[in-house]
Formats: sequence, structure tokens, C-alpha cells
Amino acid sequence: MRHTINVLVENEFGVLARVASLFSGRGFNIESLSVAETLDPTISTMTIVTRGDDQILEQITKQLNKLVCVIKVMDLEGKEYVEREMVLVKVAAKAETRADILRITDIFRGKVVDIGPKSYTIEVTGDEDKIKAFLELLKPMGIKEISRTGRVALARG
Amino acid sequence: MKKTGSQILLESLKREGVEVIFNFPGGAILPIVDELSRWDLKRILVRHEQAAVHAADGYARASGKVGVSLVTSGPGATNTVTGIATASMDSIPVVILTGQVPTPLIGNDAFQEADIVGIARPCTKNNYLVTDVRDLARIVREAFYIARSGRSGPVLVDLPKDVLTNTTEYRYPEKIHIRGYQPTVEGHIPQIERALRLILTARRPVIYAGGGVVSSGASEELIKLAGTLQIPVTMTLMGLGGFPGTNPLSLGMLGMHGTYRANMAVTECDLLIAIGARFDDRVTGKVDAFSPKSKKIHIDIDPTSISKNVRVDIPIVGDCKRVLAKMIALLQKEEALEEYRRSLGPWHQQMEEWRDAYRLAYQQNRVIKPQYVVEKLYELTKGDAIIATEVGQNQMWTAQFYQFDHPRSLLTSGGLGTMGYGFPAAIGAQVAFPGRTVIDIAGDGSIQMNIQELATVMQYKLPIKVAILNNGYLGMVRQWQELFYERRYTLTHLGEVNPDFVKLAEAYGAVGMRATKPEEVVPVIQEALRTPLPVLMDFVVDPEEGVYPMVPAGEPISQMLLV
Ligand SMILES: Cc1ncc(C[n+]2csc(CCOP(=O)(O)OP(=O)(O)O)c2C)c(N)n1
Ligand SMILES: [Mg+2]
Repeated sequence: MRHTINVLVENEFGVLARVASLFSGRGFNIESLSVAETLDPTISTMTIVTRGDDQILEQITKQLNKLVCVIKVMDLEGKEYVEREMVLVKVAAKAETRADILRITDIFRGKVVDIGPKSYTIEVTGDEDKIKAFLELLKPMGIKEISRTGRVALARG
Repeated sequence: MKKTGSQILLESLKREGVEVIFNFPGGAILPIVDELSRWDLKRILVRHEQAAVHAADGYARASGKVGVSLVTSGPGATNTVTGIATASMDSIPVVILTGQVPTPLIGNDAFQEADIVGIARPCTKNNYLVTDVRDLARIVREAFYIARSGRSGPVLVDLPKDVLTNTTEYRYPEKIHIRGYQPTVEGHIPQIERALRLILTARRPVIYAGGGVVSSGASEELIKLAGTLQIPVTMTLMGLGGFPGTNPLSLGMLGMHGTYRANMAVTECDLLIAIGARFDDRVTGKVDAFSPKSKKIHIDIDPTSISKNVRVDIPIVGDCKRVLAKMIALLQKEEALEEYRRSLGPWHQQMEEWRDAYRLAYQQNRVIKPQYVVEKLYELTKGDAIIATEVGQNQMWTAQFYQFDHPRSLLTSGGLGTMGYGFPAAIGAQVAFPGRTVIDIAGDGSIQMNIQELATVMQYKLPIKVAILNNGYLGMVRQWQELFYERRYTLTHLGEVNPDFVKLAEAYGAVGMRATKPEEVVPVIQEALRTPLPVLMDFVVDPEEGVYPMVPAGEPISQMLLV
């Protein structure tokens, strides 16, 4: 089962290493991880996407809570939440594909953020399915490079 | 008035009630070492940084206070890692102060630089790199608080040299609040009530007590609870002494080298009450077959220990002492206790049958049996000594044949199984209790891992007794080779190349004694106990004696080899 966990941590050096070392040391998997400061500059949020059965997830949340630098752990699984990821895609742009690329970008409400002689760089935001579908459609045109932010999430309401 | 980092550090240690530090010096900590000369803080110079941490750990285990060690940067710091990991696995409160290169040099591969905070991260409860002298007092305060509260454990504070010489106003924080750290101490009352109801319907209950009973000081409560309900108690290696070994309700230790009746009782019980224990694999054997017929209650201060390896029915997060005290208070309201105790009659009868079916035993013939030495040590110290052990067969024979009636009387590396732990740990215990008898029951292999500490015990006149069960082998490994590798004793024979331990002791100025025949054992022990100096006793024992019962790794604990 895939779980998205939001973790509030102290915004100080070494915290990312602590969390990462907890996951690697105990053999937990990290599918995606993103970190950023919150409104309170002393606190950061980590959004961690991980996989495991109930027992493993119980251990992951407990072990995270046990870290002194961790202030709060929220497993969003089973709750209403929104999840987004941004991806930058550099795709080959040839005369015969340009129009298609722009149309697809439009449908996915993406933006062309850079145009080169042989490529477009496109920004798209969405949940996992949307990003996956978008990349599938661009694949035949020749994706040269991608960069993703990792997922961020918030509980609804 | 402004103070230097070194002054602030020592002032803060005083405030934390520190009485002694175990240390080994070096360039990076010279500012503290020098400052120490102006303080009446006891310091013990060990001869290896690993020993500094084991000694602080032994001090903590024996006294219940936080142990402190101080070492230099680089190799001094990396030498502490085994000691830290040992303390971490057994939840022992120690604070390790390491020197570090000056802050501007950090990250430059400077001389004697090591990223000890990074290296020690997985084996400390928390750790700190102090980058500003103004943070120092708060960090020391937090380090001690975290080390001793909740599930206690080691905390490391890394001290760059410039932080030690920089100055600032000294203010020790009176209050402490760490928003990410609030251990649950009081158990949830409805859970405790549910647990009690489950206990009162059980007909074959067993208590499984671990190191948490010792560290939370819950022995009295455990004795009261078990006694009131007449529930048999088995202890883990770490739990020995947490419940008196001579109490009629004691089943002895469980697990890989546990007693037959303890392992059978746990396998057949209908209710298992785990108290301050963590279902370690040396206890459970094959997890799926562990206590298959029982409902399970688990009391522990650390939520991560609960349902980690074995699912439990009623988890209670809290300090063992407080939770047990609550249980006992609630029990006072129960009326049918006499009836309950009577209902356990058949279960007690079963215990007796198991006890008689297979007792811990050995045959003393013409060579000294190691078990005999341990038994005589027990008798001649009247069970009153503080016993440290090394790791291997010596450790298991000690667990089996020395009856521990008091908490904090056994110092042994349970979780990490660190050879070389016992002797320096004994130093810590002897420093904490100068008037008590402290004995390290050792193997001929393990004792050589920190033998240099003979110099320390001589320097500080610590009258520690070391009893080497000299079988000429890395015995426990040899036993596995005997049983599972067709007796191919590769790399485990020490025999002739072992040093002459008597001469070795004498070289350090200590007293060396040897027993080669059974009738010499008692006189040697008596003589050693009378000697007010460090004594090394070399007991030349049966080289191929084994530790039994034994559950082969990965087997159910009911499947004991009983040879
Ligand atoms: C530091 C360390 N290295 C290796 C081991 C593996 N090991 C466990 S028991 C043992 C043999 C110990 O020999 P000895 O001290 O003579 O004790 P005996 O088993 O003979 O009583 C070894 C090598 C260990 N536990 N610790
Ligand atoms: Mg040996």
C-alpha cells in the first residue's frame, strides 16, 4: 500500500539526514520526498511517499515520531487530501510535432517555460495519474530530460 | 561575567549532578582538559575510548545515573562507536562528549576530523554538533534530559575547539521544552483496566519481564503484582535482577539459552504479559511459533517496541513502574483474588513438572566446569556482588547460574553482544560503588579486547575481580561450529597462544591467580575476595563444555537442544 505522510520537523541542519537514515537503516522505502520551510521558519514540512503493509506503516510513523527533530507525523492515507507534483519536461520539438506538443500541454493546463531551437521545456502540475498520462503522451515525441519536485500534499478542509 | 565554552560545559555538568567523567584526552579537547584541573570533578583516565563509553555505561547501569565520557576528535571519537552502539541497544543513559576540529575547519578533512555526528546518528538517541557557544548550555541540558527520560539512551555532543574557547554569558536553562520530544509516561487508564480484566480471566498467565523493569525501577511493583496474583515470571537477559531469581515464582531466563520451563511456559500460556521487553529474536526464536496460544499485553515506554515483531492485543505505552503501580492500585478493589490464585493451581503444577523434567545442570568431574565456577562465585559472594560479563558462553553461564535477586546487579551487553564490554563496565560500577564487590565474569577471548584497562584499575586502585572462564576457545562460536558446522573449529581455537593471564596481571601490578583443578576453585575465589586489589583469576575450564538448553537460531523456542 502506498502512503503519503506529512512530517513537521525542526528546520535545522541534519534533519533530512536523520529522516533519510531512519528509512535506509530500517529498510523502509522512500518513493518520493520533498522538504520545504513552512510559514513558521523554524519548522519544515516533509512530504514522504512510501510503501508497506499496515505493520510497516505503523513502524514508520512510530519511528518518525521517535526522532527528537520530528514534531508531528500525519499519515494522509484514508483521509481526504490533495496531492500534487510539478514536473519539468524537455521534449524534442520538430516541425511536425510542435503543434501536437502545444495541444497536449494545453489540455493538461501546462505551460511552455522555455523554447530552444530543438526543444520545448514544459511545466505541468498535477497528481500522480495526470503526470503519468502527460508523460506517456509526450514519450513518442522524444523526451530528453525531466525533473520532478516529488509529491507535496495537504489534508482537505 | 562571560565564561568560556569549557567553563560553561563543566558548570553545566555540575548542574546535571555529574560526579565523574571517563575520559581520554587529545588536542581537540585540551581546553576542557585544562579547565578540569580547576574543578573537583572526578575523572578517570581509561586506556581506550571504547572503554570510556563502556565504563560510563557500566556506571549508569549500576547506579541509575547518567554516565559521562569525554574523548577527543577523530580517532578518539570513532573509537567510541562500539560503546555507543552497545548503550543504544540496551537503552542505557550516557552522554558522550567528543572534541571536534574548530568550526571553520569542519568539512575540510582537517587533521583528526571525523563526522562523528553523522557516524553515530543511527546509534544515538539524539546528537548535537555545537556550532555556537551560546547554544552550549541549552544543548547540554537537552542532552542529559533526553538521555535519561523516556526510553533512555546515549546522546552525543560534538564540541568544536573554538566553541570551547569562545566566551558568552552563562545562563543554565531552568525549564526545558523540546516540542518534538514528549515521552508518554502515564499509561492509558482504560487500557490498564482492559489489561486487568484480561489477566483475571487467564488460567495460564506468564509475565515476561525485560530491561525496562530495571531501568524504570519497577522491581518492587513487579514483585507485588506477580505475588498478589501468583503469576510466574520469566526474565530476559536484560531483565535479570528486575525480578528476584530466587523468588519461587521465577522461571529463570527465557529464549535461546533460557530454562526449559520458561520456554515451555511461554509457549503454552494463554496470556503473556510483556513488561519492558521488546520481543528480541534471541527471546522469540521463530516468531510465528512464539507463544502461539496466548493473548498478549505489552507495557513499554517506547511505542516503536510495541507490535514491532509480535502483534499484541493490549498495548500500554508508559513507564513500567507507573503502569504497574496503577494496576496494583486497581487490583486492591478486586474481591475474588483468592479464588483467582486458586484457579492457577493446575498451571503451577505444570510449572513444577517442567522444572523437574529438565533443570539447569552440569556434571562436575575432574576438570573444572565453568558453571561450577559461576555457582561458587554466587555462593561465596552471597549473591551480593555486582556482576559484569563479557560475551559468549561466559555470559550465558552467568545468566543461568548466578541468581540475580536485585536490579542493577548484572551488567551485560544484551542487545549488541559486545565482547570487551564487561571489564570496563566493571570499572564504571566500581567507581559508582567503591565499597561493593564487583566481578567481571569473562571469557579468555573477550577479556583480551579491553585488557589494557588493567592499567586503569591499577591507577585508581579499583579492586575489581576478573574471573576468566578460560576454555581456550572463542567458546560460543566454537559451540555453533560443533553443532552446525561439523566441529570444524576454524578461527576459534585460542589455546596455546593465549597469554599467561597470571603473569599478565602481574605485569600490570595486579594480582594473578590460577585454578586448574576443581578443588582449587573455592580457595582461589575466597583468596581473591579477600584481596583488596585488582585480581585476575584464571580458571582453566573444560574446553568443550557447551551452554544448554539451546534453541537453534530460527527455531521455535519449544524446540530446545537439551544435551
Ligand atoms: C566484538 C565482538 N566480536 C565478535 C563477536 C562474536 N562472538 C560472540 S561470542 C564469541 C566468543 C567469545 O569468546 P570468549 O570470550 O572466550 O568467551 P566464551 O564463549 O569462550 O565463554 C565471539 C567471537 C562478538 N560478540 N563481539
Ligand atoms: Mg573462551
